[in-house]
Amino acid sequence: MFGDFFSRALIAGVGLAGVTGPLGCFVVWRRMAYFGDTMAHSALLGVALSILLSVNMTLGVFAVAALVAGALLLLQRQNTLSTDALLGILSHSSLAVGLVIVGFLTQARIDLMGFLFGDILAVSAEDIFVIYGGGIAILLILFLNWRPLLAATVSPELAEAEGLKPEVSRIILMLLMASVIAIAMKLVGVLLITSLLIIPAATARRLSATPEMMAAVAAVLGAVAVIGGLFGSRTWDTASGPSIVVMALAVFLVSLAVPTERLFGRREINGA
Amino acid sequence: MLEKPSKETLITLSGAGVRSGGRTLVEGVDLTIGRGEIVTLIGPNGSGKSTTAKMVTGVLKPSMGTVWRKAGLTIGYVPQKLSIDWTLPLTVERLMTLTGRHEDREIGMALEAVGATRLRRAAVQELSGGEFQRVLFARAMIRKPDLLVLDEPVQGVDFSGEEALYALIRQIRDTTQAGILMISHDLHVVMAETDTVLCLNGHVCCRGTPGMVKQSPEYLRLFGARNGLAIYEHHHDHEHHADGCVVGDEHEHAGHTHAH
Repeated sequence: MFGDFFSRALIAGVGLAGVTGPLGCFVVWRRMAYFGDTMAHSALLGVALSILLSVNMTLGVFAVAALVAGALLLLQRQNTLSTDALLGILSHSSLAVGLVIVGFLTQARIDLMGFLFGDILAVSAEDIFVIYGGGIAILLILFLNWRPLLAATVSPELAEAEGLKPEVSRIILMLLMASVIAIAMKLVGVLLITSLLIIPAATARRLSATPEMMAAVAAVLGAVAVIGGLFGSRTWDTASGPSIVVMALAVFLVSLAVPTERLFGRREINGA
Repeated sequence: MLEKPSKETLITLSGAGVRSGGRTLVEGVDLTIGRGEIVTLIGPNGSGKSTTAKMVTGVLKPSMGTVWRKAGLTIGYVPQKLSIDWTLPLTVERLMTLTGRHEDREIGMALEAVGATRLRRAAVQELSGGEFQRVLFARAMIRKPDLLVLDEPVQGVDFSGEEALYALIRQIRDTTQAGILMISHDLHVVMAETDTVLCLNGHVCCRGTPGMVKQSPEYLRLFGARNGLAIYEHHHDHEHHADGCVVGDEHEHAGHTHAH
C-alpha cells in the first residue's frame, strides 16, 4: 500500500509537517525551543523503556515525554534552579539514561542511529496510519482550543482575568508536543524533531501577518522542506532526516531575503 | 458612608484576604463596586493592590472572607504591561478578538471609540505606548464588560497621553456605565472622578472619596504630608450631573468649579 518506500516517506513526511508547522508556532511564540528539545531527548528513554517493558513504542515515548514535561512543571514550582538549568539536567540525563538502558537490551537488536536521526525511508503503511490518525487528532485539538491557547500565549494574566484557563492551555500544549514527538520520532529521530517544529515556524514569521496565517505557512514550508529534502537525499544519496533539516534551513535562509514590508502594507517602517 | 442604593452592585468583597505560603498578602478588604462607579486602589509595592484586583477578577480565590459577584458578570481587563514578542504576528484587528469572537462592525466601533481606527491593520509591535494602551482599552471594551479592571493604566505614558487616557476612562464610564476598578501607579495621584479610594498596606488603611483620603491621618502617616494626595483634574468641563449629589463633596476638595 502507498506504493514504494519513497512515496511512503513523502506521504508520511508531509503529514508530519502539517502538524509540526502549527504546533511549532506555539513553540516559537512561547520560547519553548529548549523545552521541546528536552522532551524530544527523553523520547529515547521512552524507546528503551518500551522495549524493556514490551509496550507499544509510540505510547511509551508519549508517556515518557509527558512525564518529563510534568516533572519540569513540578521542579519549576520549587523555585530553586532556573528553568534553563532544569531543562539541561532533564534533557541530557534522559538521553543518557535512555542510551544506557539500550546498552543493557542485548536481546533485542536496536537501530540506535535510526532512533537518533530517524529513518523516514523505512516508514510502513501502518506508520502512515499512526501519523495521519495522530496528526488529525492533534490538529483538531489545536483548532478547537485555538483562541484560549493563543490568548494564554499573549498574556496568561489577561486570559485568566477574562475567564480563560491559561494553566490548562499550557498542559494541552505539552501533551500535544509529547504526541508529536511520539509520532515523529521514527521519521526524523529524537535529535532532529525540534528542528521540524522550530525552523518552518521561524521561517513563516516573516511571511505572515496573523497567527493563523503563520500556522498555515509553517505547515506548507515544512512540507516543502520534507519534499525537497527527500528528493535531495535520493539525488545525492545523503541521510534523509538530516537532508530534510538542511532543506528547512535553506528555505529559512532564503526567506531572510524577502522584503517583508513589501508583502504587508505596514503603517510605517521601523527605524525610518 | 458611600452607600449608593440606586446603583446596581456588581461585586462585593467582605473581609476578603489571601494567604499564600504562610504569608498574608492582604486581609480584611471590604469593597463594593457598582455600575458606573470608579474605585481606585493605591498603596506601596507589595501592599496587596494586585492581590485585591485578582480577587475581583476571580483569578485568586480569597482564603478569608467572601467575594460576591453579580451572576454573569463580564470583566474587561487592561493589563499593566503587555509585551508581545516579535515572533507573534498580531495586528490590532486580531488582538481585538483575542479572548472572544466579535464582528467586524464591533471591532470598528470599539477602535473608533478610543480614536484608533487608523491603527486597525497595524502590527501591535509598531504601536507607541499611548497607542497600544488605547488599543488595549478598546480590546477590553469590545467585550461590553460590566466591570473594567485597569492595572496601572497610565504607567509609561507621557503627560499628554496620561490626560487623554483619563479622559477616555471618563468617557467609558459615562457612555457604558461600566464599573471601573483602577490600580494607581502613583501613590499621590488619583483621578478626580474616583468615587472611592482604597488605600492599602496589607489591609485597608483608609478609604473614602479622594478628598477624604487626602486629609485622613492614616494616609498622611503612611505617605507623608509633604507630598500628599493630588487629585487628578481635567481641564475641560464635563457633564455627569446625574451623579452630582454623590460627588459633590469631594469635588469641593478637588477645587472643582461646580457650584454648591
